[in-house]
Amino acid sequence: MRSLIKLAAICAALGGAVFWWLTAPPALLPVYGQGHDADVTRGAQIFTAAGCASCHSAPNAEGNDAKLVLAGGHSFASDFGTFYAPNISPGDQGIGGWSLPEFARAVTKGVSPEGRHYYPAFPYTSYQHMDETDVADLFAYMQTLPPSDTASQRHDVGFPFNIRRGLGLWKLVFMKPDYLLAGPLSPELERGRYLVETLSHCAECHTPRNALGGLDRTAWLAGAPNPSGKGEIPNITSGGLDWSEEDLIYYFESGLTPDYDSVGGSMAAVVSNLAQLPESDRAAIAAYLKAVPAAP
Amino acid sequence: MNFLTKATLVIGMSTAIIASAALADGHAKENPAVAARQHQMQMIGYSIGILGAVAKGEMEYDAAMVSGAASNLATLASMDRATLWIEGTEQGAVDGSRAKAEIWSDPDGFAEKFSALGDAATALVGAADAAAVGAGMGSLGGACKACHETYRGPKN
Repeated sequence: MRSLIKLAAICAALGGAVFWWLTAPPALLPVYGQGHDADVTRGAQIFTAAGCASCHSAPNAEGNDAKLVLAGGHSFASDFGTFYAPNISPGDQGIGGWSLPEFARAVTKGVSPEGRHYYPAFPYTSYQHMDETDVADLFAYMQTLPPSDTASQRHDVGFPFNIRRGLGLWKLVFMKPDYLLAGPLSPELERGRYLVETLSHCAECHTPRNALGGLDRTAWLAGAPNPSGKGEIPNITSGGLDWSEEDLIYYFESGLTPDYDSVGGSMAAVVSNLAQLPESDRAAIAAYLKAVPAAP
Repeated sequence: MNFLTKATLVIGMSTAIIASAALADGHAKENPAVAARQHQMQMIGYSIGILGAVAKGEMEYDAAMVSGAASNLATLASMDRATLWIEGTEQGAVDGSRAKAEIWSDPDGFAEKFSALGDAATALVGAADAAAVGAGMGSLGGACKACHETYRGPKN
């Protein structure tokens, strides 16, 4: 009996050690974006394509200037609890004082400067593919934005999802390191893939999730229930959307569908961002959506 | 045909009949204010469609069509809301509605969006060519988007 207890204790300790080892956040890269002169203008465009302000501005912010104060506070309901977008302005409550390697690890690995895992409500599973130079430019641009002293709100997440270390396991299982649309691709499709799968993180809403919140990559962009509980987020593969590439490009620019209904809800903010990108980027996204496997 | 297939067929057919009856019934019971609003939106969409087709080059520029569409739009945007946006007809409360409760909790904001649509439409009355129509489409689409972002719920 005593040896059985001993065995159980050893197994538990071993299991704990393995869990600890598996879920350890990746270390900081000491060198990042070396030899690159950060370009603030390019950074502004990355910021727009990535839709940072759509989630991180204050919920009641209206107008372009107000939306650049990244005070946080938008709430995101989910099956696991409610997440609140944090302050990411360049002030004490936000990312003021962060180094570029800390910022890069946060954005592309989902780990805070203190070494804690972020919840994947922050789309780092998409941002993981961001180019080093893009991250560096984005970081430089964000330093130019006005600081906000609004404190970030705590997420309202219950047990066991409130154990951050568990997110390390989640990442091991669900943070797939490869693109869904496999190469070789034309330069336009490559750009489209970078925009759709990385910067604009379209799959985060348009792809259904499993019971643990991982994306179901077999139904890529095939539509999903709206986490708000009302309505559906549409299938945007050619299996669900019969718009031409011109229709898509026009929609990204004007917000008007081929039958002259208009964009609404959360997608309205996305279209506001896409409308500010170069025409070639909107065309690249449209080309990607035509190339991605059609889902029923 | 054996008994089992027959039975299945009969059950299947009666289910279909009941289902279509229920559907027709649901349609008949549609809230008249919601139906009227949707027709207003259809008219708005039709007018924007004319302007959009001219802007995109799918329809040849025609002064009467462009100014007609623009002034109809302005009229549609100025319709008195009292008979259309009746309290208690929000999404979830009545079938088919996608109107958000914010329409009634923030009537001033809602009115502002409609007047922005009216302004964008009025600006297009007398637009001299397809390029001028195209230049006005941004604020027109923007007006639709701004209102639908805040006051329209997702598709069911």
